[in-house]
Amino acid sequence: MSQAEPLIRLEGIAKHYQMGGEMIAALNGIDLQVMRNDYIAFIGSSGSGKSTMMNIVGCLDTPTHGKYYLNGHDVAGMSESDLARTRNEEIGFIFQSFNLLTRATALQNVMQPLIYRGVRPAERARRAKEALARVGLENRQGHLPNQLSGGQRQRVAIARALCSEPSILLADEPTGNLDSTTAADIMALFDTLHSEGQTVIVVTHEPDIAAHCRRSVRLHDGRVQSDVINPARLREVASV
Amino acid sequence: MFSIIESFRSALQSIRAHSFRSFLTSLGIIIGVASVIAVVSMVQGLSASISTQFKGMGANSLSVNAYTPFEEALQGKENVLGLKDYETIVTHIDDISHVSPQFGPFGPFGANVRHAGQSSVTRVRAVTAAFEHANQVVPAQGRFFSAGDDASRRRVCFVGSKVLENLKLTGNPLGQFIEVNSEWFKIIGVGEERGETLGISRDDYVLIPFSVGRAIAGTDTKLNISISFTVNDLEQLEAVQGRLTTLLRRTHQLKPGQPNDFKVETSQEMMETFDSIIAMMTLVLGGIVSVSLLVGGIGIMNIMLVSVTERTREIGICKALGAQRHHILLQFLIEATMLSLLGGLIGLVLGYGLGFGASKMIPGFPEAVVPWWAVVMAFGFSSMVGILFGIMPAAKAANLNPIDALRYE
Repeated sequence: MSQAEPLIRLEGIAKHYQMGGEMIAALNGIDLQVMRNDYIAFIGSSGSGKSTMMNIVGCLDTPTHGKYYLNGHDVAGMSESDLARTRNEEIGFIFQSFNLLTRATALQNVMQPLIYRGVRPAERARRAKEALARVGLENRQGHLPNQLSGGQRQRVAIARALCSEPSILLADEPTGNLDSTTAADIMALFDTLHSEGQTVIVVTHEPDIAAHCRRSVRLHDGRVQSDVINPARLREVASV
Repeated sequence: MFSIIESFRSALQSIRAHSFRSFLTSLGIIIGVASVIAVVSMVQGLSASISTQFKGMGANSLSVNAYTPFEEALQGKENVLGLKDYETIVTHIDDISHVSPQFGPFGPFGANVRHAGQSSVTRVRAVTAAFEHANQVVPAQGRFFSAGDDASRRRVCFVGSKVLENLKLTGNPLGQFIEVNSEWFKIIGVGEERGETLGISRDDYVLIPFSVGRAIAGTDTKLNISISFTVNDLEQLEAVQGRLTTLLRRTHQLKPGQPNDFKVETSQEMMETFDSIIAMMTLVLGGIVSVSLLVGGIGIMNIMLVSVTERTREIGICKALGAQRHHILLQFLIEATMLSLLGGLIGLVLGYGLGFGASKMIPGFPEAVVPWWAVVMAFGFSSMVGILFGIMPAAKAANLNPIDALRYE
């Protein structure tokens, strides 16, 4: 695969929902390309279609119309189990409410995606410890989520996402449940991961968060309203 | 393969996390399996103890008894086998030995036995010397009466140990006299102790020579003799049975189509009859108590459905992380099966205890026996219940839409 081939290529993506006899178009013809090691924000107000966008990009849902190529594979026509496999291999989810398994320790949480990939236990633990070290939680392995602070929980979630070495980190309002200091820490972590070569997509409604990204895609009524390179990052972009 | 081990681990973890709830969930299975095992073990214990008694009778022995069909009994008829039948059998049937007739000279039920002011009611049978071999009687003291005793109508008797006990006859019983319905008999032998069956002593009997019995009963009384004998060649068992039936039908002048007024049974047949009764009993009792297994299964399904709802978000997370349908399905199915199996295990131990405890508490009841198939069945049933009633909740969990599951509060 050539370097020029985009990681994500969306062509005329539309998603329609049937709601009480009425057809609602959550997305209405989205064309978008995301290159490797991009750092992109989907912004928009509530109802703009950004959640649907994240579900489709994250392979949790399939579009009603349009084509979605992820890493060269056609995702739009995949079966449920192929979608699950793609999520496992290509996507690292980070959620607003962390979504850790409450009965499992930090280490077990981080290992979870590797179970579905069939990685051997020893290898699983090694990679999970590595991922925890990357987010600075190597000494919290045995803690349960309720023994960790909000920021630490989100770090565990990020470690879990990183551990399966995904093509994309897909974060849905990752700082929504955190105070501003912790939020800044988490965004700094995303910045670092991006600088290490990770592709990062952040779905948010906060301009401050979007300001961390290289590129902002604003959604409105299911369409791309604007797609701009972050001025603060222009110099960095020029060097790429 | 991999995911199965992981599912086991995660199922164990989830059962431990809600240990009290898991216990209550399994309680239905625990009670179900415990009662199945308890009932089966007691019935099987009974069966085993009676089977050993039948085995003592020997596979080659046959017995002939008078038999009155129910319709004829209603008309007040009572068929008997007389001395003539005994003589017919002895003279006309070859290849048999130890022909041993017996009857109750003092009526079919019992007689009053007295010694030194003590009295007791016991079973009195008049038998020939052949009885010793045909019924495998072993003297503990003295001897069994001989053919000579019988021929010379000696007033001697062979008694069971329980009789001595009832009559408070201590010391050497040999040579002592006991009075049976105002006839005096000298004790020449005491039988080896044989224990109890269902609380009835098997040592409560008095045996007297056949000829003496005949003299006491007199000539007018209609005797009802039962005759047992052994067949020399086991292969000939059925042939002898057939010949005997033809012979007795002819001498009793039964018309074709008329039912037999006697019954020829092998000990094998008696054992088979008995076995089929026990099997039926096991089946019916087992069937009744296995309904509780069904109830237990429904309990498991109920809790598993609750658990799926409770863990909807968790399922959503796992699906987002790439769990396939079968991962989720297996996890819940294995959890249900493990709940059920653990219940089965506890129930097995409990049922074992119950069965043995109960058989010890009931006086005279033989010791409980837990057959291996009951253990296998208990486990088979409980895992089947787990799988059967776990399928629906597991399928419900596996079919959840990840987006909806993640959004579930």
